[in-house]
Amino acid sequence: MNPLLALASLFGGLSLLAVGGGNAVIPDMQHAAVSLGWMNEREFLDLYALSRVAPGPGSLLVALIGQKVAGVPGAVVATLAMFVPSCLLMHLAARFWYRLRDASWRGVAERGLAPIGVGLTYAAALALMRGTEHGAAAYGLTAASAVLLSTTRLHPLLVLGAGAALGWVIGL
Amino acid sequence: MSAWIRREVVVRRGWMDDRAFLVGLTLCQIAPGPNAINLAVLIGTALRGGPGALAAVLGMVGPPAVLVLALGAGLAALRDTPSLGAIMAGLGAAAIGLALANAFELSRRNLRTPGSLVITAATAAAIGILRLPLPAVLAFAVPLSLLLAARER
Repeated sequence: MNPLLALASLFGGLSLLAVGGGNAVIPDMQHAAVSLGWMNEREFLDLYALSRVAPGPGSLLVALIGQKVAGVPGAVVATLAMFVPSCLLMHLAARFWYRLRDASWRGVAERGLAPIGVGLTYAAALALMRGTEHGAAAYGLTAASAVLLSTTRLHPLLVLGAGAALGWVIGL
Repeated sequence: MSAWIRREVVVRRGWMDDRAFLVGLTLCQIAPGPNAINLAVLIGTALRGGPGALAAVLGMVGPPAVLVLALGAGLAALRDTPSLGAIMAGLGAAAIGLALANAFELSRRNLRTPGSLVITAATAAAIGILRLPLPAVLAFAVPLSLLLAARER
C-alpha cells in the first residue's frame, strides 16, 4: 500500500479509539508500526522518548512516526488523520455539553471511562518495555524514574535528561 | 498541561470561569483523543465557534510540531553516532518511567472501588501483555465499566 494511505488509514482508525487520551493507542501504534515493517520496537521507543522531551502535546508522536515513514508529507498526513476525527467529534460535543441539564450521566461516563484510561496507560508502559532489549540496568532506570517522578516534584525533563546521561555513562 | 492552560485561560485572561473550565475538562477526558488537543478544541469552540476551535488547535499543534520534526530529523541524521544508542536507551528507559508515574498518579485519583481496580488491571493485561486489539477490548470493557459505574449509586 502507498505509505501515505497506510498512515491515513492507521491513524484515522485509531483516532476515535483513544479513550482517556493519546496514550491509549500507543500499544496499537507500536504493533502496527512494527508489523508493517516501518521500524522495530527500539526505534519506536526512541520516537516515544523524543515526543516526551519535546514541548507541546505528547501525541505529536504520530508526527514523528509519519516523518520516519514518509518524510514531512507523512508527518502531515499522520497528524491530520489522528487529530481531525477526534477534533470534529469534540467540536460537536462541546456545543451540546454545556446545555445538558441532567448531569448524572456525566458522572457515570467519567467514573466508567476513567479505569479504562488508567489501564491503557499501564498497557502503554508495558508495550514500550517489550522487545526493546530491556535488560536489568534499563529496568532499574525505568523503576528509578517512575519512583522519582511519583514521589518528588522534580521536573520530568530533568529526570529524562538524567536518564539519558546515565545511559551514556554506563553504555546502556 | 491542563493546569497550565487553566492558569492562562481562567486566571490570567478571564476567558472562562472556573466552573465552565472544569466541566469542559471532564468532557475532554471522556471524549476520545489527546486531552490537550481536545481542551484546545473545547476552549476555541466556547469562545468563537468553529473558527475559534481551528485557531486553538493550530496554535497548540503547529509550533511544537515544527520543533518535534526538527528533533526527529536530527535523530535520523545522527543515527550512526556510536554513543547515541546508549543515550537514547537511557532516555527511553526514563520515559517509560514517566508513563508509569502518570499511571500511578491516575490510579491514585480515579480508582476508588474494587470494580474499577479490576477493570484497570484487566485492560492493562489485555492490551499490554496479551496484545489483544484495542477495538475488541473497548467493545467489551466500555459497556461493562459504564454499567458498574451506573450501579455504584
